[in-house]
Amino acid sequence: MKLKIFTLLTLALFVLSSCGSDKKKDSETTTPARKERAAKKTVEKKEAVKVVEEIKSDLSDKGVGPIKDITIGDLDDALAAKGKEIFKGKCTACHKNKKRYIGPAMSGVTKRRSPEWVMNMMLNPEQMLAENPTAMALLKEYSAPMANQNLTNDDARAVLEFLRTLN
Amino acid sequence: MKMKLFIKSVFTIAIASLVSCGGPAEKKESTSKGALAGSAAEKVYVKPGEHDSHYAFISGGFSGQLSVYGMPSGRLFRVIPVFSQDPEKGYGYSEETKPMLNTSHGLIPWGDSHHPDISQTNGSVDGRWVFINENNTPRIARISLETFETEEIIEIPNSAGNHSSSYVTENSEYVVAGTRFAVPFPQRDMPISEMKGNFKGALTFLSVDPEKGDMDIAFQIKMPGFNYDKAHPGRNASSDWFFFTTYNTEEANTLMEVNASQNDKDFIAAVNWKKVEEYVANGGGKKEPARYAHNKWHEEKHMAISEMKDEVLVVDPRDVPGAFYFLPTAKSPHGCDVDPTGEYIVGSGKLAAAMTIHSYSKMVKAIENKDFAGDAYGIPIINFEAVNYGVLNQPGLGPLHTEFDSRGNAYTTFFISSEVVKWNVKDLTVIDRHPVYYSVGHLMIPGGNSRTPDDKYLVAMNKITKDRYLPTGPEVCQSAQLFDISGDKMELLLDFPTIGEPHYAAGIAAEKIKAKSKKIFRLEDNEHPYAVKNEAETKVVREGNNVHIYMSMIRSHFSPDNIEGVKVGDKVYFHVTNLEQDYDVPHGIAMIGAQTSELLIMPGRTTTFTWEPKQVGVWPFYCTDFCSALHQEMQGYVRVSAKGSNVPLKYTLDDEVPGEDDF
Repeated sequence: MKLKIFTLLTLALFVLSSCGSDKKKDSETTTPARKERAAKKTVEKKEAVKVVEEIKSDLSDKGVGPIKDITIGDLDDALAAKGKEIFKGKCTACHKNKKRYIGPAMSGVTKRRSPEWVMNMMLNPEQMLAENPTAMALLKEYSAPMANQNLTNDDARAVLEFLRTLN
Repeated sequence: MKMKLFIKSVFTIAIASLVSCGGPAEKKESTSKGALAGSAAEKVYVKPGEHDSHYAFISGGFSGQLSVYGMPSGRLFRVIPVFSQDPEKGYGYSEETKPMLNTSHGLIPWGDSHHPDISQTNGSVDGRWVFINENNTPRIARISLETFETEEIIEIPNSAGNHSSSYVTENSEYVVAGTRFAVPFPQRDMPISEMKGNFKGALTFLSVDPEKGDMDIAFQIKMPGFNYDKAHPGRNASSDWFFFTTYNTEEANTLMEVNASQNDKDFIAAVNWKKVEEYVANGGGKKEPARYAHNKWHEEKHMAISEMKDEVLVVDPRDVPGAFYFLPTAKSPHGCDVDPTGEYIVGSGKLAAAMTIHSYSKMVKAIENKDFAGDAYGIPIINFEAVNYGVLNQPGLGPLHTEFDSRGNAYTTFFISSEVVKWNVKDLTVIDRHPVYYSVGHLMIPGGNSRTPDDKYLVAMNKITKDRYLPTGPEVCQSAQLFDISGDKMELLLDFPTIGEPHYAAGIAAEKIKAKSKKIFRLEDNEHPYAVKNEAETKVVREGNNVHIYMSMIRSHFSPDNIEGVKVGDKVYFHVTNLEQDYDVPHGIAMIGAQTSELLIMPGRTTTFTWEPKQVGVWPFYCTDFCSALHQEMQGYVRVSAKGSNVPLKYTLDDEVPGEDDF
């Protein structure tokens, strides 16, 4: 049930957001040398990231989901290393460090979002994408919905620790 | 045209009324309107978004599959591929599932599935596995009710027309597979006319591992060369026994419809499997050469492995005294059904006017008293009067199968008179009868062949539907009919079409399965040799003319999605892992020109198909299962160069080597 509603919503958002994306496609139909093309793409993407971040950076927003309040101490290297392993397996198909990919670049994410928001986005993406304005705006920008990779709370906490190292 | 149709309709109706004349006056439920129809609709209405109360696993018959329906709605949820290739799911086409269809005759792409039976614990259905037999190339399959996938198939040697199968004992100790056709045992080149006395009938007992469910042929009983038609294990006091109906005790080998219908009585064979088990445990039986395939799904490796076996333990019934008896039963009995108490053994003589009901306790006494009428090939025949509880006289025409409720009643289908008859087992009195449309074969009450029937619903499965549905050319659907049997009178609630010919079905309360139904396969547990756990592991490797693509899929792209350096004459293996770890997010993949089916890959699973490109060019592949808003973007290209070309092997995603780490 939930999934179906979510799919519909995603579709609706996609339809809404797909009107603006023609420009990018046009630029890609030209065929410059490969290097040039790659460079151009990177520039374009960086710009897009900036736009989103300018609008949406908000550290007071905790999002919706199982994580209500957490305290963050000094960086825990062991936990971050564990988080990196999980991140590599479950997240790198969509997220890179400095590069816009299927989803946003991860670099600096913990400066843009609260720890609760980050963990809720991992643990409860369906509800986040349906209810949280920031998550909704991100979906509109990236079109691809954040996937639920069935992480445990501990997994998500470890990934959060890893993301803190990317600042 | 119209005239012709009219004449045909009249004719059909006339035939229908002729056919049904065996029973008393019919109720015309199908045309009744008003209060009754309204309440029937309410009884089968499952509100959108709500769940049915029961699962029904209905045999796919000559489709070779097993279909999963909800009761009471009659909604089809899934067709589980078992004995036939299924391009929708890639079953029998993917490299991982092809071994499941391997047999001693090679890969058999089709099967004739018959009698599903759910595993039992203490005589009640437990919802762990469904077993189902293949009639044509004798096989027994075990299907997991966690994944709803076929996990194991064993070929049955020395058997043909694997029909008195695949019923389970009270604690799933054994699944049986009885041969319908007597054949040379072992197979050999001999004149058909010398069948009598030389052909045998194999009754095969497969052990089932109580934890994992793995099957094995424990022993095979070399019975006289009759046809073993249906089977049922005993219950409670009789639970050490298995009962098999026989026909063609004449041992005819031609024009069977006449020559196999000469004897007024054939037999129900009673087999004490506990005694045979003991005999075998003490070293009894003889290992004989046999060739059969044993195919097993390896969950952690995500693939089936087929093993050819070369011998089987054979038991001669004459070597186990006290374990085998014949109970005379009228005439060419088909169904063999034991009531929930285990006392009454019902033989449905399809050519007899009366149904035969034997008594287990009388059988025990008769054996003690050696009350025998002689023997057949060394197996004692118990005197009819000594074992018979009674007969049900002229309940209808052409009795086939019986299931039971928990209130002492039996429900028997009558093929010729197209009806279900409810009768009291102890009193041998008919309580109610209801027409079905038309020519009913099996029927099913959830748990109705166990100690504990869950007896609100009954499903009758019909061979002929004629005018019940919109016509679809000469071939029309087969059909099931749902009854409410909670009252004194059976109430017809619903017609729904089935897949193939529904030979039998097994039903169970949804609660027993629902919660443990698997949602994803954990990537951590994936030990497929070509699995990738993340995009950084995706790659393309050439080994001579074989090209192995280690590919991943996630909403909504493949990695790699641009591949060059493939040549005409190569055999390309797409080993594709779905990296999703969320429920209900499968992806598909299809490659232009691949002589196989699409693959539909569940979250966390790795599956392989092969492609042998025959033309140079740039050929796209794409996701076949609408996976996200960007599903239409989920595609990639493979460049195919001429044989001998020196285009280097190259694979990228977004113009980079996939998963290039920038952390």
